[in-house]
Amino acid sequence: MINGYAGTILRVDLSNGVVTKQALPEDLVNDYVGGRGFIAKMLYEELPPDTDPLGEENMVIIATGPMSAHFLPASGKTHFGSKSPATGGYGDSNVGGHFGPALKYAGYDVLILTGKAQQPSYLFIEDETVEIRPADQFWGQGTNTVEKMFKEELGEDFQIITIGPAGEKLVKFACIGHDFGRQAGRTGIAAVFGSKNLKAVAVKGTGSIPVFDIEALYKKGKQAFEHVFNKPGFKGWVPEGTAGITNWVNMVGAFPTRNFQTSYADFHEQINGKAIVEKIKITDKGCFFCPTPCGKYGKAKTTSGSAFVEGPEFESIALLGGNLMLTSIEEVAYANYVCDELGLDSISAGVVVSWVLECYEKGIINATNIGREVKFGDLDSIVYLLNIIAKREGMGDLLAEGVKISSEKLGHDTERFAIQVKGLEWTGYECRNAPGMMLSYMTSDIGAHHARSWVLGHDIAGAGKSVHDLIAGGGETKKLSKAEVRGKSKVVMDSQHLRPLFDVLGICRLQFMEIGFEVEHYEELFYLITGKQRSWQELLQVSEKIWHLTRCINVREVKGYGRNYDYPPRRFYEEPIPDGPNEGNYITKEEIDLMLDEYYEARGWDKNGIPKQETIDRFGLSSLVQSRES
Amino acid sequence: MKLIAKDEYCSGCRVCQGVCALENFREMNPSKAALSIEGLFPSPGKYRINVCNQCGQCAESCPVGAIHLVNGVYLISKEECTGCMLCVDVCPLQVMISHNSMVTPIKCTLCGECAKLCPREALVLEN
Repeated sequence: MINGYAGTILRVDLSNGVVTKQALPEDLVNDYVGGRGFIAKMLYEELPPDTDPLGEENMVIIATGPMSAHFLPASGKTHFGSKSPATGGYGDSNVGGHFGPALKYAGYDVLILTGKAQQPSYLFIEDETVEIRPADQFWGQGTNTVEKMFKEELGEDFQIITIGPAGEKLVKFACIGHDFGRQAGRTGIAAVFGSKNLKAVAVKGTGSIPVFDIEALYKKGKQAFEHVFNKPGFKGWVPEGTAGITNWVNMVGAFPTRNFQTSYADFHEQINGKAIVEKIKITDKGCFFCPTPCGKYGKAKTTSGSAFVEGPEFESIALLGGNLMLTSIEEVAYANYVCDELGLDSISAGVVVSWVLECYEKGIINATNIGREVKFGDLDSIVYLLNIIAKREGMGDLLAEGVKISSEKLGHDTERFAIQVKGLEWTGYECRNAPGMMLSYMTSDIGAHHARSWVLGHDIAGAGKSVHDLIAGGGETKKLSKAEVRGKSKVVMDSQHLRPLFDVLGICRLQFMEIGFEVEHYEELFYLITGKQRSWQELLQVSEKIWHLTRCINVREVKGYGRNYDYPPRRFYEEPIPDGPNEGNYITKEEIDLMLDEYYEARGWDKNGIPKQETIDRFGLSSLVQSRES
Repeated sequence: MKLIAKDEYCSGCRVCQGVCALENFREMNPSKAALSIEGLFPSPGKYRINVCNQCGQCAESCPVGAIHLVNGVYLISKEECTGCMLCVDVCPLQVMISHNSMVTPIKCTLCGECAKLCPREALVLEN
């Protein structure tokens, strides 16, 4: 028994149906703590050489952390990892909701899926019972539809993760859906599910998790919730959730607009958090033990169709709203629903579709190629494109590969405005005048993702401003001068250790980042749960070690990996922003290189971005790396 | 005292279930809670909270008279209960809980901890 943990790794080989229950190793817990740490260690150690991301040999690892499912605010995060079909390197994504806690109460900290089922299947887990079952009736169905079918068949107490048609068709930005509107969206792990003929996992857990000091945890946990209730962010955040940041991002000229052609949308007030509340919201919808629900569940009515939908959250507003020029919240919400039901990551899907629309505008693609006329701001065009992508119909078959491969194959200089890094499409912050945030995207281990490091606030407002302060601060749109690019490495690296640490612990970072729940509470809660005295600083060092390890995975898995995989699209260093607060601003190629030089030096990586041996030694990764090299 | 559920405020976070199991069993195990949350999704997109309203049907159904009304709250006498679970079957709100780790069913004791910690004020203890 290890306090805080369920104590077991569940391995399921879908090829032969063999189920193995392995005791959670104490040294894994001590060295890598949980969640993302477990995933990085296991992928490094266990992925066979030259694994095809969509081949039988690839692994899907679903991991909770030591603080997951425990009595503290927002302890319901679940981390997914795999060799990414989108990037060919380290892939991970996480989801809120209630799945991870259910898995842990069933007795498993980690679920590892390997092999390939002979027929469409789902995995059934009810405490000790683990069965691979046929999924014929679910195959081809959308994520919300499937979840409803499962709830009716198995009962409300089962938690479901499922892929949609896009995952079945191996779309490289297919997402995993859960809880009627939450997604593990990034890096295409749903396509790995599809490649394994695995439609879903249904889990119900009724067991208890051992706790070092349950009496003290109960008392401290209650205090923690009450502490959050009294934070200014508690009342400030809940009404609009993540969508509440829309106005600020637009005001500072960082809002992706028209395939990142510009960074300011004058229609932002029609698609912001206030618009959600006024026009579509039915209920707030929260994740496990979360006092400040981001989810805004509602109904969207448009001329293209109507649907119940959770969201859109900020990322979907940015990538489906500003980026596709959808100018009403109902339209953005409906596009969000289409993505969810098809099982497409709304971030990547938004970027792929916006790239197609720009290609069309420029005459590089025409109605004959694509199957109909398409244009920015037209919901019918967008719904059409999402459908042909998810079903790989016509040109959708190419687009399903993601914007990097699509642009390389199409040519005509379209790579310049294919907005991605490493093969993963960019998320909701335009960075041509936000150098720290630009560097964050460039060096994120999974590709262009904001959840590894978010320093936009630092770029704009300097140190010490929380997201809540930024939103509450108001302000007016004004012309911004070009930002200094030097000296960004430290703040980016600190963020790259801090934010992913929450993915290691298995809890939601938003209580800390957005609501202002302080670090010292986590230290104490960690001790009461696990009985291990580990300072926050010590945990950050584990997170830093994991950062080097994921880089080592990328270096090993992606041939020719290095500096050339850390550049943003050429649009960002060749085209000044044409209008808005950042009109005329951009970061030059020389400045991009300068930032990379500074970053690699600070990281202990060589000029090509490869971790130096001394760095590998310093973080205690030598034996792991050597064991694979030999 | 009565525990009132206001479905329209519920966000489905299940803190109430966590605190219920901790208060009554000192276990990290929301499946041992004496209340439940149903998500009505995708349509109509709402939550339903099921809590004990102390209707007493469990006591009426108990063949050995093991459920007693004490200060307005029906409580199970563990000494008298035989674990037949008939009360679980008759509970109209399905909040008498049969748990695989226990011989006796789990019932709301009206301790009010769920109402104290509900972040949404969706559970209220009223006189």
